[in-house]
Amino acid sequence: MAAYLLRRLIQAALILLGVTFITFVLLYILPADPARQIAGRSATAETVNNIRIQLGLDQPLYVQYGRYLDGLLHLDLGRSYLQKTEVTTLIASRLPATLLLMLGAIVCELAIGLTMGLFAAIRRGGRIDQTLMVISFVAVSAPQFVVGILLLYVFAVYLGWFPIGGYGSFSHLVLPAITLGILGAGWYSRMMRSSMIDVLRQDFIRTARAKGLKPTTVMAVHAMPNAILPIIAMIGIDIGYFMSGIVVVESVFGWPGIGQLAWQAIQRVDIPIIMGVTLVSAFAIVIGNLLADLIAPLIDPRIKLR
Amino acid sequence: MNRLILTGLAALGLGVMPIAAQAGGEIVITYKDDVSTLDPAIGYDWQNWSMIKSLFDGLMDYKPGTTELVPDLAESYDISPDGKTFTFKIRPGVKFGNGREVTAEDVKYSIERVVNPETQSPGAGFFGSIAGFDEMSAGEADSLSGVTVVDPMTIKFELSRPDATFLHVMALNFAHVVPKEEVEKWGADFGKHPVGSGAYNLTEWTLGQRLVFEKNQDYWKEGIPHLDKITFEVGQEPTVALLRLKNGEVDIPGDGIPPAQFLQVKDDPEYKDRIVEGGQLHTGYVTMNVKTPPFDNVKVRQAVNMAINKDRIVRIINNRAVPANQPLPPSMPGYDKAYKGYAYDPEKAKALLAEAGVGDGFDTELYVMNTDPNPRIAQAIQQDLAAIGIKADIKSLAQANVIEAGGNGTAPMIWSGGMAWIADFPDPSNFYGPILGCAGAVQGGWNWSWYCNEDLDKMAAEADSMTDPDKQADREKLWGEIFVKIMDDAPWVPIFNEQRFTIRSARMGGDDALYVDPVHIPVHYDAVTVSE
Repeated sequence: MAAYLLRRLIQAALILLGVTFITFVLLYILPADPARQIAGRSATAETVNNIRIQLGLDQPLYVQYGRYLDGLLHLDLGRSYLQKTEVTTLIASRLPATLLLMLGAIVCELAIGLTMGLFAAIRRGGRIDQTLMVISFVAVSAPQFVVGILLLYVFAVYLGWFPIGGYGSFSHLVLPAITLGILGAGWYSRMMRSSMIDVLRQDFIRTARAKGLKPTTVMAVHAMPNAILPIIAMIGIDIGYFMSGIVVVESVFGWPGIGQLAWQAIQRVDIPIIMGVTLVSAFAIVIGNLLADLIAPLIDPRIKLR
Repeated sequence: MNRLILTGLAALGLGVMPIAAQAGGEIVITYKDDVSTLDPAIGYDWQNWSMIKSLFDGLMDYKPGTTELVPDLAESYDISPDGKTFTFKIRPGVKFGNGREVTAEDVKYSIERVVNPETQSPGAGFFGSIAGFDEMSAGEADSLSGVTVVDPMTIKFELSRPDATFLHVMALNFAHVVPKEEVEKWGADFGKHPVGSGAYNLTEWTLGQRLVFEKNQDYWKEGIPHLDKITFEVGQEPTVALLRLKNGEVDIPGDGIPPAQFLQVKDDPEYKDRIVEGGQLHTGYVTMNVKTPPFDNVKVRQAVNMAINKDRIVRIINNRAVPANQPLPPSMPGYDKAYKGYAYDPEKAKALLAEAGVGDGFDTELYVMNTDPNPRIAQAIQQDLAAIGIKADIKSLAQANVIEAGGNGTAPMIWSGGMAWIADFPDPSNFYGPILGCAGAVQGGWNWSWYCNEDLDKMAAEADSMTDPDKQADREKLWGEIFVKIMDDAPWVPIFNEQRFTIRSARMGGDDALYVDPVHIPVHYDAVTVSE
């Protein structure tokens, strides 16, 4: 176990190193000069050049990359080119909002997805099953931008149940969490359905029924926990999906998280912020996957870590 | 008798006072992007420009809602007859937010800070006419030799050349006055902890969420600002901001009306009276790189000018602009009302192409920024060009990449939308040097047609040396001539001048002009009012 963990941690570090390298090279070959973005329209060529030298942009790629890695070792992600603020400060101030949104989305996708999957499995092949699976198909394919605007219009503007975007209270969280979670809910409903169908076929369910337990008890005590556990292990992997979703959802709902930060930085070629957010996202995904792998054998002893 | 007249006058004065201009109240303004910085030396974008103006003061300013220059932190100023020495008397008793009085030393410090290359200010170039600028920007000098503190309340600027725009430069944000001790205290984070002498103080900034401006109780202008508090909520999509406006939660959506909802809102009886329309110092244009054949032939460039149907393009953007025929926008001094430009005439355009020896047409590329409506406009231009035999490939790229392609000369044609020139100050010279003069036709410059006419450069220098305020009309006329001469060479196709549309809540008050202020974009925060 310890050896496995150590190996996985080393792998994780290498993956993150790879991410920094690829992002760095991609941003380096981008045909846009950050120094010109900083210098603005009225700047002379000398001013632009001066800024380039001050930021070290005139150095060869390996020197710039080396400097960046050196900063990383001291947990220094550099300063934003345009805001002049430390990237760690910017990310730290926005990370809680993103984490809260993700937590909300996980609750939503589990609550909606598992319920849908459960009923679909119980009524397998019936009309309820078919309807729920169509809904899950729509949930998986609907663009988050459209879902977000739609929910906002219906529940916030038309019905007035929730605030129109923003951040701060529980009611602010509901709509963005549903929007972000709905994609996962679609997936989970399908997984839950097949997992449940699997479990219902097992011998111990037949035994439970045979000994005369009420059908609801069989479902709630014997079938459901066994069907849900393998799915729980997937949550770690969801973080990757969320990372791509938060950019859209945070923009639509005015949610002050790192997705919004990244989007603004991309538009302005603010490379230190783009690098920082990419790295934090990659870190979250790597950790999420690691957790998923570590949890799996705890839930299902048949899985062995090697 | 005398007393009676005086009382009468006083009563008259009271009667004239607008009733709407009541003090107090709080408003909410939204923006999509978080504010990058509130440091006047650094901030240079749509949203922080006007915020900085409300937190800081400069020697000069504009009368709200107009382009008329008035002394601000300066009590008075004096220009030498040769137009090379400007002396400002500073208003006594004006205090920074930390309680210290503004002095001439602060003005000197603030401007030298912008010129200092370490500051990386995008505005350094505006001070190029001050003596000693070259030495300081090259890092050879620690201060500007042309700036002298005569006494604590008097500052003198000596210029290396006469500069008729110098008073405008002193009204730019980059010339706004900052207290040295606060800048040194916060270092690079001063932009997040601004301290100035303006109408408001920043009292809260939650990154990515909101900024709160509260009235500066010690502000030296009587009764200004009218509002007690402005809350800027950031991270709000324009579409969402509009919904919140309709719900009464927002007073001004700072990013304006989203194009997709424009017609719907404009035709809505409830909102149409709350939209204020105004001109802006903006021109959208197509550049033709005069160094790239066949655009090196003036007849080809004139043909393109005649081939593009500008009225149709204006319709594409729901009439949010007016067709243009010259580089200057109509609200800019120097705009030539009599000039008619090149009329839309595809037949004549074809004839000109034949005269130029490219009667069979040619292939070229049109670079365009990839956000709506720019690709649609580029397609309209593409169709118009195809009608006279020019096959233009559209290169739709991110803003930074288009700017790069223009600055290094690889783009034969560029549609300027999304990157177009909006004047920094209301003076025609600001529309020449960087975008049409020889100075901008360099690697990394903004003169994307690479047009360089030395005769016009001389005329421009002559116009800018006319610093005598009495000669202002002559100066504007000369500038008008310069731009008409440019159109003879046709390095650009001026397409349209964008109009500005500000939508506000029903409770907002004050003159309409304050909501389309030419300098304070989107609105003049110090001058607007609100009723409860």
